[in-house]
Amino acid sequence: MTTEILIAGFGGQGVLSLGKILAYAAVLEGREVSWLPSYGPEQRGGTCNVTVVVSDERISSPIVDSFDIVITLNQQSLSKFEPKVKPNGILIYDTYGIVMPPQRTDINIYAMKAAEKARAEGIDKMLNMVVAGAVLSISPLVEKASIEAALQKVLPERYHSLIAENCRALELGVGCV
Amino acid sequence: MDTEIRLMKGNEALAHAAIRYGVDAYFGYPITPQSEIIETLMAQRPWLSTGMTVMQVESEVSAIHMVYGAAATGKRAMTSSSGPGISLMQGGISYLCGANLPCLIVNVMRGGPGLGTIQPSQADYYQAVKGGGHGDYKLFTLAPSSVQEMADFVAIAFDWAFRNSNPAMILADGTVGQMMEKVVLPPTRQRLTDGEIAHKYPWAIDGGRHSRMASNRIASLELDAAVMEQRNCERQHKYELAEQHDARAEELCANDAEILIVAFGSAARICAKAIDIARAQGLKLGLVRPITLWPFPSAYIRRAAEHARGILCVELNAGQMIDDVRIAVNMSIPVEHYGRLGGVVFTPTEIVTAARNIFKL
Repeated sequence: MTTEILIAGFGGQGVLSLGKILAYAAVLEGREVSWLPSYGPEQRGGTCNVTVVVSDERISSPIVDSFDIVITLNQQSLSKFEPKVKPNGILIYDTYGIVMPPQRTDINIYAMKAAEKARAEGIDKMLNMVVAGAVLSISPLVEKASIEAALQKVLPERYHSLIAENCRALELGVGCV
Repeated sequence: MDTEIRLMKGNEALAHAAIRYGVDAYFGYPITPQSEIIETLMAQRPWLSTGMTVMQVESEVSAIHMVYGAAATGKRAMTSSSGPGISLMQGGISYLCGANLPCLIVNVMRGGPGLGTIQPSQADYYQAVKGGGHGDYKLFTLAPSSVQEMADFVAIAFDWAFRNSNPAMILADGTVGQMMEKVVLPPTRQRLTDGEIAHKYPWAIDGGRHSRMASNRIASLELDAAVMEQRNCERQHKYELAEQHDARAEELCANDAEILIVAFGSAARICAKAIDIARAQGLKLGLVRPITLWPFPSAYIRRAAEHARGILCVELNAGQMIDDVRIAVNMSIPVEHYGRLGGVVFTPTEIVTAARNIFKL
């Protein structure tokens, strides 16, 4: 099985890191992955996105037309990528700042309040882990234990003390959908 | 052997592979989309482990001439850049070829011409394989299409360069450089000692430390035309042998393909997915992926295209490799081009649609 995922939001929200953590978790489960960022002059406040493909087979293209799962963290990304969800695919969007909610009826839409939750808990910087928790509660892409193991690989050693806190953020995400 | 599977960007994998291959020196100047190469080298600090020199120099012109200097001493030297920097290096590359010096030049292509854009492109094909500098020379040009190949091609390129006393190039693009995939890094080798270099590469200059009978001279300059012609003929003979033996390609569903796609690097990956989509629709597309762009795998393409109705060259440029494909099949079947320009990347479905429109399928 191949799952094509797009994560999009503002620079600084941890979009690329979330993609990397999901990708690494899949690698630790022995699966094939590709991770392709929208590299460029993205910075805090600008928009950025990442394509992650997870598969049981060799991945042909890291660049795809449409996605099984689209996760958006702001209005621009939602508007831009709602049309890119495959029919019967999944769209998970954060409700914070959304004035034009998604309209499609041929896809499965989930509203999550991850940004609100992260702010309420005072863990804005771990928003992406709250999002990861929400996503995994909708679509079990990888095991939660693999995410924890992936954090060990992805985070520089000086931040390993924050892994427990990140895991708590992951748990908080489950209740956000 | 270390067989740990890691998740890395293509640029990072290439940098790690260079350290593990025992490269003696890297000279370069940062430019997107390949800055992770020098960043990774600096972060790894190989001068403390293998003794490798890593220098961020003042310009790409300096970088390529420092490569020339290091290569002249028999050291394994490399540089990397993207289009704008590689253009600045062309004089140095021509001199390296003229002086028969081995080295590795990495170009992670971005959209041009000029400063262009930082998004992926394949528009430096002509520059790499037709000679961006002056004179009759060729670069052994490898086109990786995965992170694993970014790592593996370092050794293939250096081995060829030293076997043939000629520069080699890895011609990647922004997609391959920036994406992360699983990679198993190549085994670690020892850097050669000065004594081993003197023994293996008797042409190298060493400041007289290994007291040879006659001193070596390394230069591209030769004012005696007859001698210069002889040197050129020897170089061309070397290139002829490479064309006979060193071309590489890979194929996918080419046997029964009605339309054969020829694509290299990241474009070939997108085409592989296009082939899946097309075949699900009953349209028999196939793929030949040139792995070496010079020597070009002409015979391979000719064989693969024997039963095809036509060939579609899919490139992130306005049509460059298509010239070599047309020569390969001697225009025996229609050879058409589909491309996107200036940093825009096609999608798999777009390629299927293009194949249908161009060949009226």
